[in-house]
Amino acid sequence: MSMTYSYYKNMQLNNIIFVYQGEVTADLVSSILQMVENKLEGEGEDRKVKKRVFNVMVECLQNVYHHLDALPPTDPSNPVRDKTALLMIGREEKDYYIITGNHVLNDRIPELKSRLDRINRATKEELKQLYQEILTGTGFTEKGTAGLGMIDIARKSGQRLGYDFHPVNEKYSFFSLEARVSRIPEK
Amino acid sequence: MEALRIESTHKTPRVILDPENGIFEFSGRSIPEDSVGFYTPIFEWLDQYAQKPLPLTHVRFDLEYFNTSSSKNILEVLKRLEAIHAAGHEVRVTWYYDEDDEDMEETGQDYQALLNLPIELAVKVQS
Repeated sequence: MSMTYSYYKNMQLNNIIFVYQGEVTADLVSSILQMVENKLEGEGEDRKVKKRVFNVMVECLQNVYHHLDALPPTDPSNPVRDKTALLMIGREEKDYYIITGNHVLNDRIPELKSRLDRINRATKEELKQLYQEILTGTGFTEKGTAGLGMIDIARKSGQRLGYDFHPVNEKYSFFSLEARVSRIPEK
Repeated sequence: MEALRIESTHKTPRVILDPENGIFEFSGRSIPEDSVGFYTPIFEWLDQYAQKPLPLTHVRFDLEYFNTSSSKNILEVLKRLEAIHAAGHEVRVTWYYDEDDEDMEETGQDYQALLNLPIELAVKVQS
């Protein structure tokens, strides 16, 4: 039990509103969205900021739900559970931040990385164009998603997406993605 | 033809497609994980309606939030309306947004730019 206080202090120090580590199901995503929405509502956050945070959160969480590559239960680096991920939401003085972490196959890294870099390099106008191209383009991916998620996150965030690939073993890495939403509503 | 009515949930919008009373409406939020599953019956209904539409179909979109996979399905709904319009049966769309919601306003503009369909953007009157 002695760890409880340090967990608490650590979360407080890092302005964490919410953190979850475990299996990601559709019901869980719904519950988290509702809970955080209620919290933002209750704290009287600016309506526009609240909407953006909620929007970005929906995309980030559903992104993980659709795209995480589960470690096989027998994998030695995954002794606990299959299909787990990390979801974290925090509020700093200037920004809300939404962080997700999940396993991806190493084979997918180059493609993911080049997509993220492309999005991070794009101007606001280019993101809009890219969004429209994909919207009117090639149908749905095999997972039923439109491939628009990250672009939408970048558009709503208005800031660069942070990311990292932490090597786990020869087959998997841990992919973390951070999106920020400014608390200062632009005029 | 029979009306299609779907009640809203915290993840899916209220949908009314009622030719008898002339009410065509999408309202609320659209953030389901499986958006194709939600929209498929709507596409099927519209395909049938397109065979014998009203002389004027006025569709209201009054959405609070939607996720990116819904945005693709909403485009598909609008494309079906565009086809009805192109076949000579007038279709008008009103796209409502909150006054301070530039994101939703911009999405309406995106659809305007992508389609040959009269889409009017309108600020929602605060209740």
